[in-house]
Amino acid sequence: MHKFIFKRLILLVPVLLGVSLLVFAIMSFTPGDPAQLILGENAPAPAVEALREEMGLNDPFIMRYANFVGNAVTGDMGRSYTTGREVATEIFDRFPNTLILAALGTIIAIVIGVPVGILSATRQYSWIDSSSMIMALLGVSMPNFWLGLMLILVFSVTLGWLPSGGFMGWSSLILPALTLGTGSAAIITRMTRSSMLEVIRQDYIRTARAKGVAENVVINKHALKNALIPVITVVGLQFGYLLGGAVLTETVYSWPGVGRMMVDAIRQKDSPTVLATVVFLATTFSLVNLSVDILYGFVDPRIKSQYA
Amino acid sequence: MSNEMTLDKAQTSETEVSAVRAAPKKRSQWAEVWHRLKRDKMALCGLAILTVVVFAAVFADFIADYETVVIAQNLGDRLQGPSAQYWLGTDEFGRDIFARMIHGSRVSLLVGVLSVSISIVLGGSLGAVAGYYGGKLDNVIMRVMDVFLAVPSILLAIAIVSALGANLINLMFAISISSIPSYARVVRASVLSIRDQEFIEAARAIGASDFRIILRHIIPNSLAPVIVQGALGVAGAILATAGLSFIGLGIQPPEPEWGAMLAGGRQYLRHAWHVTTFPGLAIMITILALNLLGDGLRDALDPRLKH
Repeated sequence: MHKFIFKRLILLVPVLLGVSLLVFAIMSFTPGDPAQLILGENAPAPAVEALREEMGLNDPFIMRYANFVGNAVTGDMGRSYTTGREVATEIFDRFPNTLILAALGTIIAIVIGVPVGILSATRQYSWIDSSSMIMALLGVSMPNFWLGLMLILVFSVTLGWLPSGGFMGWSSLILPALTLGTGSAAIITRMTRSSMLEVIRQDYIRTARAKGVAENVVINKHALKNALIPVITVVGLQFGYLLGGAVLTETVYSWPGVGRMMVDAIRQKDSPTVLATVVFLATTFSLVNLSVDILYGFVDPRIKSQYA
Repeated sequence: MSNEMTLDKAQTSETEVSAVRAAPKKRSQWAEVWHRLKRDKMALCGLAILTVVVFAAVFADFIADYETVVIAQNLGDRLQGPSAQYWLGTDEFGRDIFARMIHGSRVSLLVGVLSVSISIVLGGSLGAVAGYYGGKLDNVIMRVMDVFLAVPSILLAIAIVSALGANLINLMFAISISSIPSYARVVRASVLSIRDQEFIEAARAIGASDFRIILRHIIPNSLAPVIVQGALGVAGAILATAGLSFIGLGIQPPEPEWGAMLAGGRQYLRHAWHVTTFPGLAIMITILALNLLGDGLRDALDPRLKH
């Protein structure tokens, strides 16, 4: 197992290097001169040139990239053009907010998705099944930023129960988490249902039933264990996706997370911040995916044995 | 999956030979798929909704004039609720929301279809090359794809548009780039599963050239998963377009686009709920239709997967 984890960790290095190179290359197309941006439009040309030299902007691309990676490994992601603050500090200040939202969203998705999926599968073609599948279909079709606005409309504007944005205690977590969780809940419901349906058809389930085991024991003890294996992967992937892709939800709720920080930076043409946030979110996403892979090995011994 | 397809093909061609010799083989396969799709009520429902959206986009100019209705401001009628004159009300500049939604469908469908086509062609070729030739080339291509897959697609699209500037072309480019790897994967997997099958070997044995094998056997048999992925991909591209426009990185005002319309109405949520509600419904219904069609196509193309 250690060998398996080690192998996967080693494989992560080139991927992360590739990701940072990709994002770095994309961001280097950003028009405008950062030095000019910092010093203002009316700054004299020699001063701008001196700053360019100092910032290393005149270096060849590969040098600038190497510098970026070198600094990033030591935790230095550069300074924001607009606030002058260390970007890394800012990211670590805000990351807990993003993390808590993604975690809560995932929990909501599991709490809704798994039971509804099981219920649908065990009562296939019943009204429960059809209505929950229609709900799930609506859930995956809804743009989450629109769902966010609609929830604000109902629960903040009309009913006045919950805050519409910002961070003011636990109550302000409810709507954003619900917004984030809905899409994942729909995906988890569909996955649980189809996985359960597949397992129920297998011979060992028929054997259990033939032995006279009670139906709820067959489902909850025998079938569920195997049915949940693919669901765990989907849950993990959804968590990673919510961490890395909560940009729109954070924007809707003015949530002080990393995604919102990125959108603000884009508006202010603050490219070190944009670069750092994208690389950071992509790295987190990859790390979560890796953890899912490893976890999968623990849950399903058949996977692990391939690497032993 | 491809086993099933070949089986179908064998069956249909058998009946065909006895009935009409001249009918091309390929058509019967698609006729069979259409036959199965026709029995899927949900998929037909999706197809019907989609037809309406496409009609709205094609005949948008007949429904509402672009210059005088869709983008012309009419501040006297700002933020009016739905009425007989303005079916879905007016926005913050007094423009008819229904008319803007109809014209907005053009952008969504255009970006959706074009960006998916670009990613299918690029991703598909990369995947086919990787799968067919294997070895080092396969390794290099797929490792590069892994890098792209390691960035959530919406993040990648945001990064590209923010660097290149917000306009229609860059938007399409960003969305297609970010979905190339998923098509490469799908095509590669399906080419791999077909490449070593007996009917390919048979074709080779009777002297078919590599070119003919790829064109007549590998491509048609690896199309099924790509079609399904494509239908769902259009939905994803429409969502991404709306999302990027929502944060100001997509279609720029005054051009109507569903996500941008939502963003415009956001600050008036308190007084004018309709400005954000209706464009969002348009996005949701279109995506829903594409999802229904995509699910139906998957079942029709590969009935074994259906539960």
